[in-house]
Amino acid sequence: MSEVKKFLYVNRRAPYGTIYAWESLEVVLIGAAFDQDVTLAFVDDGVFQLTKGHDTAGIGMKNFTPTYAALGDYDINKIYVEKESLEARGLTIDDLQHLVWEDEDEDWAEKDSIKVVSASELAEIMGQQDIVLSF
Amino acid sequence: MTMLHTVNKSPFEKESLSTCLRLSEDGSSILLIEDAIYAALEGTTTSDSIKNAMKTRKVYALQDDINARGVQDKVMDGIEQVDYAGFVNLVTEHDTVQSWV
Repeated sequence: MSEVKKFLYVNRRAPYGTIYAWESLEVVLIGAAFDQDVTLAFVDDGVFQLTKGHDTAGIGMKNFTPTYAALGDYDINKIYVEKESLEARGLTIDDLQHLVWEDEDEDWAEKDSIKVVSASELAEIMGQQDIVLSF
Repeated sequence: MTMLHTVNKSPFEKESLSTCLRLSEDGSSILLIEDAIYAALEGTTTSDSIKNAMKTRKVYALQDDINARGVQDKVMDGIEQVDYAGFVNLVTEHDTVQSWV
């Protein structure tokens, strides 16, 4: 049996303007197939990836943001959003998609995946990882 | 001479917008496109710089880029939203276009 490692994906770019956001999501989903301990962090303009109500029909690009709702099904339920980044952009958690996961240890109770954390809390989370991938 | 300035980078990540605001003359126009539409949002750390610019310059934002990013409800008052045809009109109405890529 191979060792389970703690993977952190750090997302710092806005969606659509560059390909980073979508590429990160693709890598996260591929990585999810390997049964690792996955955590996502959204910092700086990365917080814009999680805003709800995207309609990309007018820009000729795929709206990949509905896929975030599927992360819970891949056992990815530790999604941290930095409070300072939200505030600098005039956003609150209510502007973000409501992402949930089902806890099989508690009769599949639906729980929130997104946690808003301070910079110092996020620093601590980053410090606990084996591997950090930056997008 | 009237000039249209287009900005396409997020104001939180690049200096494009602040340089544009510093180097654009009164009476010129600024069109926010792509990730620069985040500069049109109310209540951010860059909102005041746009509000200040709007006293002497006209600020536009591309509607499809706003809709794509799900921030329709957060665009500040005083910014005129244009579609692609409006973008073309702005280009033809000004003598020159400066792209702050």
